[in-house]
Amino acid sequence: MLNRRDFLKSASAFAGVSAMTGLAGVANAASAANGHVVVVGGGYGGATAAKYLRMWSNGSVKVTLIERESTFISCPISNLVIGGIKDMAYITTSYDNLSSKWGIEVIHDEVVGIDVDKREIRLAKGDTVSYDRAVLSPGIDFMPDDIEGLAGNEDSIPHAWKAGAQTVILRKQLEDMPAGGVFAMHIPKVPYRCPPGPYERACLVANYLKDHKPGSKVMILDSNPEIQSKKGLFTRAYEGQYQDIIEYVPNSTLVSVDAATRTAELDFSEIKADVLNVIQPMRAGRLVDFLGVELINERWVDVDWLTMEAKGVPNIHVLGDATFPAPTMPKSGHMANQHAKVAAAAILNMLAGQAPNPTPVVMNTCYSFVDSQNVVHVASVHQYNAERQTFLPVEGAGGVSAAANRLEGGYALDWAQNIWADMLA
Amino acid sequence: MKIRASLAVLVFAGLSGSAIAQDPNLARNLAATCANCHGTNGHAVAEAKKLAGEPAESIIQTMAEFRSGDKPATIMHQIVKGYTEEQIELIANYFAAQE
Ligand SMILES: Cc1cc2nc3c(=O)[nH]c(=O)nc-3n(C[C@H](O)[C@H](O)[C@H](O)COP(=O)(O)OP(=O)(O)OC[C@H]3O[C@@H](n4cnc5c(N)ncnc54)[C@H](O)[C@@H]3O)c2cc1C
Ligand code: HEC
Repeated sequence: MLNRRDFLKSASAFAGVSAMTGLAGVANAASAANGHVVVVGGGYGGATAAKYLRMWSNGSVKVTLIERESTFISCPISNLVIGGIKDMAYITTSYDNLSSKWGIEVIHDEVVGIDVDKREIRLAKGDTVSYDRAVLSPGIDFMPDDIEGLAGNEDSIPHAWKAGAQTVILRKQLEDMPAGGVFAMHIPKVPYRCPPGPYERACLVANYLKDHKPGSKVMILDSNPEIQSKKGLFTRAYEGQYQDIIEYVPNSTLVSVDAATRTAELDFSEIKADVLNVIQPMRAGRLVDFLGVELINERWVDVDWLTMEAKGVPNIHVLGDATFPAPTMPKSGHMANQHAKVAAAAILNMLAGQAPNPTPVVMNTCYSFVDSQNVVHVASVHQYNAERQTFLPVEGAGGVSAAANRLEGGYALDWAQNIWADMLA
Repeated sequence: MKIRASLAVLVFAGLSGSAIAQDPNLARNLAATCANCHGTNGHAVAEAKKLAGEPAESIIQTMAEFRSGDKPATIMHQIVKGYTEEQIELIANYFAAQE
């Protein structure tokens, strides 16, 4: 194993690093961009940004990626693991290619401080890394204190809204559930990460219970007044194939939980569940608190959409779920990947002393499984509007599936394979 | 339909062409919006359709058929309407040039 200093020495010994296999295959013109970009968070936004900065600069920009976890575990497709259709190995990918193929220095550590004046990032193990520009894609953090009795009880009342140990816990609880039991899921108020995600989860849990725990119920306790994404398509599944299993309860405000009895206390009722899945209220990953700027609604970072720079903080770009979204822009892995490409292009221009691309475009697709085979999508395309200085959805473009269908069951898994490769291969 | 599409191109060209200079990497950046499903630089994995090295004319033609509805699709007919014809041309030429 190389330590970090040795790695830097050997990496710079390559100079242009054309020996890196990923870069050798790219027919980019030599880039005028130089400097060191530090990316924090190796999820959908951060891993994409790190790879594209190297690929598009043809190796001329040095990139360091800091990620606390040792492997990437995907939230998309994790509902299939909970539903017993895929396993954890399917949603897990190594970070190895980012270093071996793209020449990125990958550091597995936790960022515990950012000094924006000195342009330095402090790591838990004691190192300090300095940057010319930094990209933060920390995803979300939870706010368990908003619900009495929840903090510290995430093992008995899992959220499974970050994939990993929580996914395994929720799957195990489902397997241990008695036939005729109750699975209750609480959905926080919008905006939360992945608008269709909870409704997909309800389908896949019901699909599992139908075959393995006959007589069981799924209760969706939604704090929102209605289904937040693909409403017609999910309603069709809830009232059709799952009509004896799923009960949808809108305007359900969760006041407190009792971990010992898995009881949820709502405004006007109490529900005792065998499995209680509380998707907690959430905010931008706490990493952004180091920036010292005011968050929108005390939760999300305000960004300049041409460059993804955090407003009021020089040289820092923020991507993905952590941002306060442009109109109708969802918090999704697909969108975080697109933010990353806008940021990478802008950073390379700015490091070369040029203006950022004035006409960026991003698009989104979220596929949702309604059972092990049939899938529905929602898609949108967002063009930058110079006058309003934000991305706006193109009218007449995008939309949802006509009905759940098997063809898209295949396309959804193709999407996962391709986006994972786009980030990490 | 036809008239609407070319109007959109005019409006877009008006914005990008005269008011602001076009980014030298615009084609690359636009093509990257397709990579989530068609692979980095169009090099698809799994069963997805690869776009790298496909003739630009055929990509442009297929996209026009998605736009008009002549070619049946689950999603491409919705995606293509988010891009101007000028943008599709840039994207097609970028993918065609990939090995
Ligand atoms: C059940 C579920 C299903 C979903 N399905 C879909 C789907 O089908 N399609 C879709 O597009 N999206 C889906 N999503 C949403 C998607 O997962 C998120 O929108 C996406 O992960 C956001 O990317 P990000 O880069 O902002 O954050 P993340 O991908 O969460 O990455 C953040 C990374 O930063 C790291 N990090 C944070 N703080 C620090 C620190 N201080 N130091 C070091 N590292 C740090 C974390 O460990 C993490 O790896 C789903 C989400 C869930 C929960
Ligand atoms: C969400 C995933 C997704 C995205 C993003 C996407 N595509 Fe597609 N593409 C598909 C699917 C799925 C098909 C098969 C047709 C269908 O069902 O829509 C397809 C088919 C195609 C085809 C026809 C290929 C053939 O040989 O039949 C072309 C060309 C194409 N896409 C180009 C593009 C371009 C250009 C972009 C970016 C502007 C793009 N696609 C973005 C999913 C996607």
